[in-house]
Amino acid sequence: MNRRGTALLEVSDLKVQFAPRGSGLWSDKKGVVRAVDGVSLTLQRGETLGLVGESGCGKSTLGRAILGLVGAASGSVWFDGHEITAMSNREMRRIRPRIQLVFQDAGAALNPRWCARDLVAEPFKIHLSLEGAVLQQRVDAIFETVGLDPALGKRFPRELSGGQRQRVGIARALASEPDLLVCDEPTSALDLSIQAQIVNLLQDLQDQLGLSYLFIAHDLGVVRQISDRVAVMYLGKIVETASRDRIFKEGRHPYTQALLSAVPVADPEHANTRGWKAMTGEVPSPSSPPLGCNFCTRCGSKAEVENRLNIDCDMIEPELISVEELHEVSCHLFPAN
Amino acid sequence: MHAVNGVDFDVARGESLAIVGESGSGKTVAAMALVGLVPSPPARIRGERAVLNGLNLLALDERKLSEIRGSRIGFVFQDPLSALNPVLTIGRQISEVIERHLNIKGGEAKRRAVDWLVRVGIADSQGVADSFPHQLSGGMRQRAMIAMGLAGEPELLIADEPTTALDVTVQAQIVDLMLQLRDDLGMALVWISHDLGVVAGLADRVAVMYAGRIVESGSVQDLYGRPAHPYTRGLISSVPDLRTERLSRLATIPGGTPDPMALPPGCAYFPRCGISERECDARVPVMARISSSHWIACTPAANGIVAAEGQGDE
Ligand SMILES: Nc1ncnc2c1ncn2[C@@H]1O[C@H](COP(=O)(O)OP(=O)(O)OP(=O)(O)O)[C@@H](O)[C@H]1O
Ligand SMILES: Nc1ncnc2c1ncn2[C@@H]1O[C@H](COP(=O)(O)OP(=O)(O)OP(=O)(O)O)[C@@H](O)[C@H]1O
Ligand SMILES: [Mg+2]
Ligand SMILES: [Mg+2]
Repeated sequence: MNRRGTALLEVSDLKVQFAPRGSGLWSDKKGVVRAVDGVSLTLQRGETLGLVGESGCGKSTLGRAILGLVGAASGSVWFDGHEITAMSNREMRRIRPRIQLVFQDAGAALNPRWCARDLVAEPFKIHLSLEGAVLQQRVDAIFETVGLDPALGKRFPRELSGGQRQRVGIARALASEPDLLVCDEPTSALDLSIQAQIVNLLQDLQDQLGLSYLFIAHDLGVVRQISDRVAVMYLGKIVETASRDRIFKEGRHPYTQALLSAVPVADPEHANTRGWKAMTGEVPSPSSPPLGCNFCTRCGSKAEVENRLNIDCDMIEPELISVEELHEVSCHLFPAN
Repeated sequence: MHAVNGVDFDVARGESLAIVGESGSGKTVAAMALVGLVPSPPARIRGERAVLNGLNLLALDERKLSEIRGSRIGFVFQDPLSALNPVLTIGRQISEVIERHLNIKGGEAKRRAVDWLVRVGIADSQGVADSFPHQLSGGMRQRAMIAMGLAGEPELLIADEPTTALDVTVQAQIVDLMLQLRDDLGMALVWISHDLGVVAGLADRVAVMYAGRIVESGSVQDLYGRPAHPYTRGLISSVPDLRTERLSRLATIPGGTPDPMALPPGCAYFPRCGISERECDARVPVMARISSSHWIACTPAANGIVAAEGQGDE
């Protein structure tokens, strides 16, 4: 079951679906939820791919599918030459230590009956079979690296602050020395100083050990800091992907631009609370996505495409195509180069 | 151990107060203690008073308090997945707040619940109302939590890191909704956050917490334009700016957060401070007023400002 090139991770045309929402008490039953709807991406060793996009667009589901935590409806995920989407449980258990996830809901992902120290020690014991003094040293060291006071080790998750819980989650994920770390909003509960400490730590580990990261975050400042490349997702699909600098300087997709324009500015004189007004119109649902372009219900460029290019965005879905080297966009405005 | 120590703040009708500060500085504990949500024992809460429109919350029994929570005070928890009930649908949880506190029943309560989901920007609001928390994305859960906090039409909303799971466009929409409720209904807002960008667009006043105490408070213009406490200065200067070039390495404030079990006898920021004087380590600095709306708990900075103004007057 070995094949493929040198990429550490290769996702191709992955689809993940959930059963229709609701019991019918509040809503009529509708179509299945197409959480991830045909995503392809690759990640090289030692590379960081930032993944951004609207709340509910399928980022966490994509991350979970990469770890085999949710099943794929179609498509495949390859990790280091092994097809995750076709693995038995036994094979999966062998490969699991090499792919770790920092969960978005830090608190809920931790066993409430274990204290912080035991939570962090667990992966060292299970995956690296450490014990005794060596184990204790490693646990102390990793508390220090994520900026947690060792005195907090005796506390249970509910006795920790939000940011402290999040750091316990990061320490656990790092403990089994993975090759790939899927970070789902790893710094969202942290203040700037500790956020910087974690970002610097991830970068150092990458330099030393060649770790790869899929870094899901809403904070575009952090994404810009850590990513080599960035993928922008909207309603189950990747709508644009490019190098970090190109996305931030020359992001082209109308959704990418709406996102960049809505970043809040830390200055009360120039506060930006109206950025979302760049997008009007109905927010589509993944259980009944538009026929054509997924963004067409809210896109400011739709009229231009229809008038100038005579393409009906409501009906015709744009493909993700290369507009420059290593820069792909799915919008009728930007035809292939 | 003092998770929170001698915290003092007030917020008026139609006003928004932001509380910012380091992770573990006591923001959540302070807000929860206010509405009786810190279990005691083990915690001990000593406070003179927490007054809502003339009513002292710290003197109420649990039954009275629980009536007030939800109806007069809405609360948005930092960790939605742990705060939402996993076995009830989102719609049911929101409509229960409406039925309980507004005395609106049945179909009308349901209609309003769905309406709140629309207002927080949730697509397929009926389908989501009919879903359980684990079937939603992190940001959808967070918005459901906000809808629950607002559904009782409270006079005061306390929101603890309410937009950390939201992308910037949805976040802006939520901020807009908050400002609208503040201005149209006179809702008072306490907004706990470490996102200084969001706070700049939302707050009238800002309080900065460090190691369980408020170390600076003032109008939003004071705080961003003339930050005076060395901790606040460090905080504001560390905000990355997307408009400028990317830094090779993010700046951190040197040193670590003090252990709340072993706080120094004087100013808790002393070990990390660049302007400290010898007596800072001996006594906890008191809040000093440095302008009509601006207070800091830092003796050298306050003295410096007073001295500079004295010279200006001559
Ligand atoms: N277990 C589940 N059962 C049913 N639907 C689900 C489940 N998990 C996720 N979904 C749905 O899949 C869609 C994508 O969710 P996902 O959590 O991947 O979004 P996200 O991009 O991570 O959003 P956020 O930024 O808010 O965390 C949402 O519509 C969500 O309701
Ligand atoms: N139930 C508890 N038992 C013991 N200590 C607690 C408990 N809850 C909180 N603490 C401690 O009190 C301190 C303040 O916690 P709090 O949750 O208020 O921080 P915070 O300012 O909200 O931080 P964050 O930004 O990370 O959420 C922390 O050091 C925390 O570990
Ligand atoms: Mg998510
Ligand atoms: Mg908190």
